[in-house]
Amino acid sequence: MLRHTTKETLIALALVTPFVAIYGLVFVYPTIKMFLLSFTDAPLIGPGEYVGVENYTRLTSDRRFDTAFWNTAYFVLLSVIPGTFAALGIALGVERLGGRLQSLVLALFFLPYILPVSVVYLIWDWTLNFQFGIAMHVFDLLGIQRVPIFKSTAWFMPAVALVTIWWTSGFSVLLFLSGLRAIPKEIYEAAALDNASRWTTFRRVTWPLLWPVTALVLTIGLIAQLKIFDQVYLFSTGGRPNDNMVMVYYIFQRAFQSDQGGRAAAIAVVLFAIVMIVSVLNFQLMRLSRGRA
Amino acid sequence: MTAMPLAGAPSAARMRRLNIAGGIISVLTVAAAVIWAFPMYWAVITSLKPENETVRPFIELWPETLTFEHYRFALFETQIGRWYLNSVMTALGVTILTVASSLLCGYAISQLRFPGRRLLWWLILASFMVPTQVLIINHFELVAGLGLLNTWAGIILPQLIHPVVIIVYKQFFDNVPKDFREAAVMDNASEWRILTRIYIPMNWGVTTALCIVNFIWAWNAFLWPFLAVTKTEAMTITVGITQVNDAFGVYYARQLSAAVLAGLPVALAYLLFQRRVTEAITLSAGIKG
Repeated sequence: MLRHTTKETLIALALVTPFVAIYGLVFVYPTIKMFLLSFTDAPLIGPGEYVGVENYTRLTSDRRFDTAFWNTAYFVLLSVIPGTFAALGIALGVERLGGRLQSLVLALFFLPYILPVSVVYLIWDWTLNFQFGIAMHVFDLLGIQRVPIFKSTAWFMPAVALVTIWWTSGFSVLLFLSGLRAIPKEIYEAAALDNASRWTTFRRVTWPLLWPVTALVLTIGLIAQLKIFDQVYLFSTGGRPNDNMVMVYYIFQRAFQSDQGGRAAAIAVVLFAIVMIVSVLNFQLMRLSRGRA
Repeated sequence: MTAMPLAGAPSAARMRRLNIAGGIISVLTVAAAVIWAFPMYWAVITSLKPENETVRPFIELWPETLTFEHYRFALFETQIGRWYLNSVMTALGVTILTVASSLLCGYAISQLRFPGRRLLWWLILASFMVPTQVLIINHFELVAGLGLLNTWAGIILPQLIHPVVIIVYKQFFDNVPKDFREAAVMDNASEWRILTRIYIPMNWGVTTALCIVNFIWAWNAFLWPFLAVTKTEAMTITVGITQVNDAFGVYYARQLSAAVLAGLPVALAYLLFQRRVTEAITLSAGIKG
């Protein structure tokens, strides 16, 4: 019996070794190093002196860190909540359609999610081009003065949020659709028998039953958008990166453009902590709401 | 047979009204889908126009002169072929290594008892919450230290953190009925045989789905490939088409043709394997689709 378990252990170890080796190298080791690095004045590559918590205390009076923090929060607000409602609306509309038309319409909404961010960037950079962009005809039509959108600080975040919603909604639509399909048809039949209006049915049946999915979509979006970088970086080229600074961009700038690995690591640790806190809170909330249901 | 007025006759009129409202919602949904997809259509159409037609002050939904010149240029006079190769190889590398290592480890965690199992599972769940973006500094240090900047291996390595793959595998292996395993053990089948003859074949569907989405994720990766590469010939296509401006200049149509080429493989993968892709993506969000 004992020999058998020893054998099982050996086989198990052999099976987990590749994964553990990869994880140790690219996850555990870098994570530990990130914490250690944040207490030094090291450059991007190479050793540095231990400086205690100085990198952290500096952040409290660092105006660019403030900008990065608030811009990230602003971006989350602009993209996650409207994005969730847009996806819910799309899912409700798509769910009504049938057969081929439904798959086609779903594919049209979903396709952007599959595209690389660089392609999304090139498409929208062209669509919103100040001189030749087709969206500017819409501006003219509405009587709005044309603006170089990605060069204007006021327009930048809302525009990037809009592009992000366009890019990522497909994913949320999928989640909402699977949530909608899980609602038993009998409940709708009962509501129809009671002569409930479309709006009442939505408010009293669909919305409450869909709430767990809505919460999931909101938190996945929240956690994903806290890590925003790609779009902001790409749309900032030739613009004003320092005004559009977000957390990951600031890590990138400190580490790769100012060659300050230690100070960048401190920002990374702060973002790491924020994401962890949000994830854990979210996990607890989910457990609570599941316990109640 | 003529329709008899039913007991709920007043609600029939109401139903008709509801159906009209429903019809309007359907029409609006289809219209929204067309508008939603329009920027993609517009990018493709622009890439097929001669440069001087792209900057006309009015809207032309179809090119007056259809041209493939920009595609010829992108394919033969830029390094896009090289970038394609880099993207294919790194995306394949990420996919194979992630899926294979996760499959083996997921099987061990799901089916075998060994010391450290709980700790390992806990570590995987914890890593699910860690944003890989915060690790860029140390990934750079690691990859540079190994001398792997500007190589396929260097682009691949930090992209191998996909705990969701192992979590999905564990779930699926947990759901394989125990009888199969017991019968195989009775026949003195080795662990390897049980894995390769029962567990893997029973889960081909999920393996295919995970491979496709892993490939798409890796193909679409931007931040890390962008940091790991400084030479234009080592770039992946997602990085190359945005970072090498002199290759395309301010030629809008030319640049969009490169964008179309970069998006085409993943768009095709999605359109061909639509059901698998959506299944895997829903799975990865923790919902069984």
